[in-house]
Amino acid sequence: MPASSTAYLQLEGLSKRFGQFLAVNNVSLCVERGEIFCLLGASGSGKTTLLRLLAGFETPSAGRLLLDGEDLAGVPPYRRPLNMMFQSYALFPHLNAERNIAFGLEQERLSKRQIAQRVDEILEVVKMAPYRARKPHQLSGGQRQRVALARALVKRPKLLLLDEPLGALDRKLREHTQFELLNIQQQLGVTFIVVTHDQEEAMTLATRIGVMDRGEIVQIGTPREIYEFPATRFVADFIGSVNLFDARLSTASVSVAPAAVDAARGTCLHSPELPAPLLVDQSIEAAADAALWVALRPEKIALSRQPPAQQHNWARGTVREVAYLGDLSVFLVRLESGRELRASLTNSSRECAEQFARDTPVYLSWDSTSAIVGSS
Amino acid sequence: MSRPPIRPPIRPRRALLLPLLLALGLAFLYLPIASLIVYSFNASRLVTVWDAVHSPTLKWYGELFHNSQILEAAWLSVRIAVMNATGAVILGTLAGMALSRFGRFGGRALLAALTTAPLVMPEIITGLSLLLLFITFEQLTGWPAQRDAATITLAHISFSISYVAVIVQARLAGSDGSLEEAALDLGARPSVAFRRITLPLIAPALLSGWLLSFTLSWDDVVISQFVAGPGSSTLPMVIFAKVRLGVSPDVNALATLLITLVAAGVLLSTLLLQRRERSRARALALSQEG
Repeated sequence: MPASSTAYLQLEGLSKRFGQFLAVNNVSLCVERGEIFCLLGASGSGKTTLLRLLAGFETPSAGRLLLDGEDLAGVPPYRRPLNMMFQSYALFPHLNAERNIAFGLEQERLSKRQIAQRVDEILEVVKMAPYRARKPHQLSGGQRQRVALARALVKRPKLLLLDEPLGALDRKLREHTQFELLNIQQQLGVTFIVVTHDQEEAMTLATRIGVMDRGEIVQIGTPREIYEFPATRFVADFIGSVNLFDARLSTASVSVAPAAVDAARGTCLHSPELPAPLLVDQSIEAAADAALWVALRPEKIALSRQPPAQQHNWARGTVREVAYLGDLSVFLVRLESGRELRASLTNSSRECAEQFARDTPVYLSWDSTSAIVGSS
Repeated sequence: MSRPPIRPPIRPRRALLLPLLLALGLAFLYLPIASLIVYSFNASRLVTVWDAVHSPTLKWYGELFHNSQILEAAWLSVRIAVMNATGAVILGTLAGMALSRFGRFGGRALLAALTTAPLVMPEIITGLSLLLLFITFEQLTGWPAQRDAATITLAHISFSISYVAVIVQARLAGSDGSLEEAALDLGARPSVAFRRITLPLIAPALLSGWLLSFTLSWDDVVISQFVAGPGSSTLPMVIFAKVRLGVSPDVNALATLLITLVAAGVLLSTLLLQRRERSRARALALSQEG
């Protein structure tokens, strides 16, 4: 396939206003063919409205929407070459699984034989052939989800929109379904747009994630980029668990820095909440007195009973709470400044969390490559 | 003798009280109807005097079927009730759809208020205002030239719409609009989505709306009195007129027939509902197995 300069799905300055409320604010976005793109945001962030704009249930107040080179402005939902899997699945209660799936094909005026053949095919893909004659209320949650998926996929859409696809399933089933969804996507090569508020779902499914906040996309990136290099304080806080510090550029000399850190690239900061200087292996352009933030993930903090060798990136405190989660133990450590930090430890041996019981004095330390500094 | 006092024994007085209250309540509700049924088999021409010698008899039932006035009135009532129920279901469904599916359009609050207003409007006011309306129309356009079955039907539709609209709206409120949206998304035009998805979804509401409208029309006296003309007396109007001239025993027979019909209808629908409920429960058990 020749590489084209325009993306498969292209959103240009898309906005949607409900009265005074700006639900989607100037969103521009490109999605490539075969991608699984996740729109991740809290409820009310505009992600569902964006999906409804794509499906054609809402008309944009401004901006353009192009799919495979075709402008979708003014195209009603029933003529758009895309399909949606609803959060509630929206299965037709009076039709059985098979008839639900056939409904979309019947609208295309295909012959009875073609319809039957394609329904059979997709029932095999979602492994629902034995339950084809059942009505939606006779199916379990996971089975309903598969019928809804099959009903949307059988139309061979250019784009499949999924609104919280795993939201209605219980935890055990979710993990299983997640991988199955990935399997089916790879098998059929359909481009997915997934809306979710669940970051775990977004992380496992997505090739790229767009984080939404108050109608705007604040960062687009791969799951790893979003997690390891959050662009803004909001993203750092929203994705995963994090310790955020207010910090300023340090006036102290960088002589404390070990030779390994290149002074030109690294940044030395000071936070009133930490006893030692913060050294971050990342350069930042900011005024000397600008308010900056530093984000530090709990799993990147090391705990020890002995003071660390390094003179920077450490803190001292006492363990306030220990949450044993099986694979992980999460510690809430109160520093001398009163600030509480979260640190986690993989339980690689059965007793390794025992030495950091409640009220134990501990030292925390981390690498200069672990923290992220930002200004917005 | 020692026994654990788990529960104080039910005192005989308490045990009698509840059944007694139940009997009194049922008697209050159904004794008048029962007496009416019993007296329909009374041979005496005087309604209040039981003729022990010749009773029970079916003679009033026989007379009923030779009374052309009553038979004609009954047939007229059936026709009006059917037309009313059908018209009210069509218009009421449109109103219910608009109220629950069209979002917040201009004048929605007004429409909602006006649709439900007839539910609380005194019948006598509705009847009077409809009469005045028909007279004004006649003066302005020449129609309706006389008040007949058509005017009664229109009057009945005007208040039956409200009941249908409320029932349809409630049914639609029970499901979000995503079913219709899903149909559109799958390529169905709005008219197809309505016919194949919305209509089956609200079918039970349409049926109960139709039956309710039929019943409302069937036993309406007050409004019909205002908008009926000579020669267009419905069954309840005929009964009412007969009773005012003195209760005649054939009215008892007529009432008994009506009660039997209604009771049979209620029994049938209860049985059908029970069967559906049972098959639903079976289906649910099946899905939990699978």
